[in-house]
Amino acid sequence: MVLKFAEPRWLVAKTTTHLLALLPLALMIMAAMQGGLGADPVAELTHRSGRWALRFLLFSLAMTPLRRLLSRPWPIRFRRLLGLYAFFYASLHLLIYLVLDLQGEWAQILTDIVKRPFITVGFAAWLLLLPLAITSSKKWIKRLGRNWGRLHKAVYAIGLLAILHFFWLVKADKREPLFYAAILGVLFATRLIAAWRGRAAKHPSAASTPARR
Amino acid sequence: MLIRTRPDIAGSEITPESVYRQRRDFIALGLSAPLLMLAGCHSRDNDGIPNRIAADSADGFRTGEEPTRLADVTSYNNFYEFGTGKNDPARNAGSLRPSPWSVEIAGEAAITGRFALEDILKLAKPSERIYRHRCVEGWSMVIPWLGIPLATVLAHFQPTSKAKFVAFTTLADPQQMPAIIDGVLAWPYREGLRIDEAMHSLGFLATGLYGQALPNQNGAPLRLVLPWKYGFKSIKSIVRIEFTETMPATSWNKSAPGEYGFYSNVNPVVSHPRWSQKSERRIAGSASKLFAERIATRPFNGYGAQVASLYAGMDLRKWF
Repeated sequence: MVLKFAEPRWLVAKTTTHLLALLPLALMIMAAMQGGLGADPVAELTHRSGRWALRFLLFSLAMTPLRRLLSRPWPIRFRRLLGLYAFFYASLHLLIYLVLDLQGEWAQILTDIVKRPFITVGFAAWLLLLPLAITSSKKWIKRLGRNWGRLHKAVYAIGLLAILHFFWLVKADKREPLFYAAILGVLFATRLIAAWRGRAAKHPSAASTPARR
Repeated sequence: MLIRTRPDIAGSEITPESVYRQRRDFIALGLSAPLLMLAGCHSRDNDGIPNRIAADSADGFRTGEEPTRLADVTSYNNFYEFGTGKNDPARNAGSLRPSPWSVEIAGEAAITGRFALEDILKLAKPSERIYRHRCVEGWSMVIPWLGIPLATVLAHFQPTSKAKFVAFTTLADPQQMPAIIDGVLAWPYREGLRIDEAMHSLGFLATGLYGQALPNQNGAPLRLVLPWKYGFKSIKSIVRIEFTETMPATSWNKSAPGEYGFYSNVNPVVSHPRWSQKSERRIAGSASKLFAERIATRPFNGYGAQVASLYAGMDLRKWF
């Protein structure tokens, strides 16, 4: 590792990332307190938290291609943090829907999950994120070995489910979910190209991080 | 020369927002007094979702439920010709020119042609209706509208016996409506009613709300209000009304036939494929309430006593 954890600039970078990642939450709370969430605050909070969950998932996914692009190792060190914020906002999104929107109408929650395809896939995406969040620690990386990388490839499926959730939710204007789908597509394509090149060059697992296994 | 018309209504009939809200408090006080004796008892329906106390007039023209704040009514709109975001219409509808305005009357009627809006508005005395408004997306409002009965206007043009349906069309002018070019729906926006639905006394042509001229984002200068149907049936900025013999095409139905039926009556037992219609978030606007209250959705949005007979014998699951 080029950077050491104790290095001040590394500490600054991580703290800044945390603060930036918490900014959407801070803005949501401030807007809620000032009545700045518009006519339907529940819908506004649901949409904001959902969008940020998806964005952080894509940020996290962008770190591996970014490392390759820059030929620098540092982006990979933000990947876990960004992924955990994706889980954080996804959980917030789910919680807002359950507590503020459905307000404890448990019967409706169950029918929604079973009968509304957009909720089914959204819930599935959150469920799949759960093991990834749990196994994101160094201890788990070591314990799972090669399987850690296999497990964490599920993140592409999660991204797809999350975008499908968004796509099925909107009534007619599909541009925004399609925009995120395009980003996911590009990120996935870079992975495929890299894997293909690696195989072609018989380059035996050059990357040292568990991302590439 | 055409001059922007204000609804011809006595100043005494125009009620400022603050008075609406006081009036509602007064009604609530009257209603809650007997309920205080039943403290601890909640009015609940089968699903366990609290029922709102219905305090409608017998004709359904006025509900005593708390009106949604004017600021919310005018900043949370679905008017895709101005953008698909809820705030987009309020931001972008300034380019709409509601005056001069004319409406084309066509089809199976004795009187047809193009009529200036002010002439149409002379057909009936303006009045106020306080209606619930239920959006297919699962939120609802209570809105004090100003306008004239739809039936009176339609009857004036003397529909013939061939007039089985009424088709309505919204303006589709890319110069006035910046999001037309996005092509999210097939413009112009179209809606339709069976003639007996259109002639029902609840059907209303609104020209204002909260005692003011209709804001552009709410469908100026003339829009339909059909409180027992999902909000998208209440077509905005109407430029054409046609009496037809066959069922007219409607925009959302054409866009997704499995999701939006021609009738689109509010019905808690018929779920939208993508979301339940059992309950709704009521955007009531109480300052004390940060988040909208979830309330049970009622058949025909609580107007069953007035309109259910229109659909007698119809399978409402099939004709959703």
